Amino acid sequence: MTEKYHMPDERGHFGPYGGMFVAETLMLPIQELNLAYQRFMKDPEFIAELDEDLQHYVGRPSPLYHAQRWSRELGGAQIYLKREDLNHTGAHKVNNTIGQALLAKRMGKTRIIAETGAGQHGVATATVAARLGLECVVYMGAVDVERQALNVYRMKLLGAKVVAVESGSKTLKDALNEALRDWVTNVDDTFYIIGTVAGPHPYPAMVRDFQTIIGREAKHQCKVLTGRSPDALVACVGGGSNAIGLFHPFIDDVDVKMYGVEAAGDGIETGRHSAPLCAGRPGVLHGNRTYLMEDDDGEIIETHSISAGLDYPGVGPEHAWLKDIGRAEYVNITDDEALQGFHALTQMEGIIPALESSHAMAYTMKLAPNMDKEQIIIVNLSGRGDKDMHTMAQREGIKI
Amino acid sequence: MSRISTTFTSASSTGRKLLIPFITAGDPVPEFTIPMMHEMVTAGADIIELGVPFSGPMADGPVIQRASERALEQGMSLRKVLKLVSGFREQDKNTPIVLMGYLNPVEAMGYQNFTEAAKSAGVDGVLTVDIPPEEAEEYVSLLKAREIDPIFLLAPNSSDERINKMDAVGNGYLYYVSLKGVTGAGHLDLTEVEKKIQQIKKFTKLPLGVGFGVKDAQTAKSIAQIADAVVVGSALISKIENNPNNLDKAKQEIVDLLASMRQAMDS
Ligand SMILES: Cc1ncc(COP(=O)(O)O)c(C=O)c1O
Repeated sequence: MTEKYHMPDERGHFGPYGGMFVAETLMLPIQELNLAYQRFMKDPEFIAELDEDLQHYVGRPSPLYHAQRWSRELGGAQIYLKREDLNHTGAHKVNNTIGQALLAKRMGKTRIIAETGAGQHGVATATVAARLGLECVVYMGAVDVERQALNVYRMKLLGAKVVAVESGSKTLKDALNEALRDWVTNVDDTFYIIGTVAGPHPYPAMVRDFQTIIGREAKHQCKVLTGRSPDALVACVGGGSNAIGLFHPFIDDVDVKMYGVEAAGDGIETGRHSAPLCAGRPGVLHGNRTYLMEDDDGEIIETHSISAGLDYPGVGPEHAWLKDIGRAEYVNITDDEALQGFHALTQMEGIIPALESSHAMAYTMKLAPNMDKEQIIIVNLSGRGDKDMHTMAQREGIKI
Repeated sequence: MSRISTTFTSASSTGRKLLIPFITAGDPVPEFTIPMMHEMVTAGADIIELGVPFSGPMADGPVIQRASERALEQGMSLRKVLKLVSGFREQDKNTPIVLMGYLNPVEAMGYQNFTEAAKSAGVDGVLTVDIPPEEAEEYVSLLKAREIDPIFLLAPNSSDERINKMDAVGNGYLYYVSLKGVTGAGHLDLTEVEKKIQQIKKFTKLPLGVGFGVKDAQTAKSIAQIADAVVVGSALISKIENNPNNLDKAKQEIVDLLASMRQAMDS
């Protein structure tokens, strides 16, 4: 790779992936959004305001923490955790919602909508909407409303209206469809904040750009702390926003290996998983071409993961491209393995990770022992586990 | 000339406006579709739009979404929709059929396979909601090579430049989505629609169908006065939804609504 990586093209293509696969009614809104995004990302005042918010409201930079005890225990590479769990609202999601909400304000929009699965992105959206005094509506599958009652309550406290989506499988993919429908109907005053690197162009590129703060900080922090570059990066992949946020600033550093960890649920061989990159095939959904979980007729199949945030049948198109060109490797971790990762980090380092992030921890447990003690792995700790206490307790048969 | 173009040309010589009903294939059961199509033709339909159900219908309102879900539960798929079209063609060799759906089932089948199978089933036009012309070069050329008309949507916010683009890639007719939103939404502002149609007509000679929000004979008549064809979908499908245990009644109500539209449009 001698040429510098520069993706996507101006119509949002990452090789054959990405693009703008939307009905004509959505074409103008996404073109308008694209123009605004291109303009403001070059506007020093916008960037200054964003930096200010990331520092004082989100609490950035997030630490890069050397997990010494855990590294010693695993007996291989030195493990550094990028602490996105310490952000305001407890996950990386807010890096993106802060950015998009500022964009919405600049575009003169007064109403914010979002989709959410686990409710983390919904909470991060409701949070910034409250702060900016914008009306906020969050679409959430009826099944998820049921399983994530705590986050539903948080969103309501923050002043958002949560709409339970009853169509299809009543989960994240249906919530995303419903948000798109709201958007076509109310484009004049409404800004749609997508929570991951999915959707039509410019979302995959725009959400990535707001999340690359993770990788830019990590790169600098690693240099300062260790005097060198990491050997490997590990992050969980749902839609892929925390992973691309960490990976992107390292893409041209070809010696840095990158591992994206998908949710294998009950196991890839059971079919009950959420691992489109490992076990799906290319198709078109939600405005872009990417790897999908689909049947032979091209119908989207239901996904499964213990972590609601990874429970999505598609994946960001840039990951599809990084997979095809071999720049990143995509692996998978089952529910049971993720639970081991969850407990290991909790007991070894006193940090309770989100179930999503626990997939990255579990893969790190496989990777680190096969590396030298001088080598470095940066793992994205994308969120904290407070939201998952209920799921964990239930799984382990404990009443709380 | 395609069957669709012929239908428009012969209608325009007599000043007749086309009536294009939309139903979802396989809703509520696969056996309902072919007889319903024949009865719609008898009631005055000129072209039939057949919805291909999809599990992620992002541009559709609740009525058509639920129709899609009912059909998928019955095991409907793109391949089975094509079988229904062949079945319809056994008795009707004249009424043009347009498949309306989403791209993913087509991609899963492959452009080559799909366009060949559609041709031999007797499909005349294909409207794939989520493929814009910019992404459709290969798809459109395969469709055109098999004399299937690629049909594209125009929206209230489509610019002159986009109308030009649709004119260049589209065949058969263009479909103007008469309001912002999804299928079955709100009601129409006829003055707005008329203004937009005048703008569109400056850039294209293709006939123009108007749909989204046509609910009754009166709206059908008003639209017929300003466009070449009237498309009606959700209002028909509601009849199926309202009579889950009496499909004969659903069929009769669909026939009655179409006949009343036909009459209003012709008077
Ligand atoms: C903590 C955490 N990590 C990861 C994800 C997965 O999203 P993405 O792959 O976009 O980072 C979520 C989604 O809800 C999350 O809450």
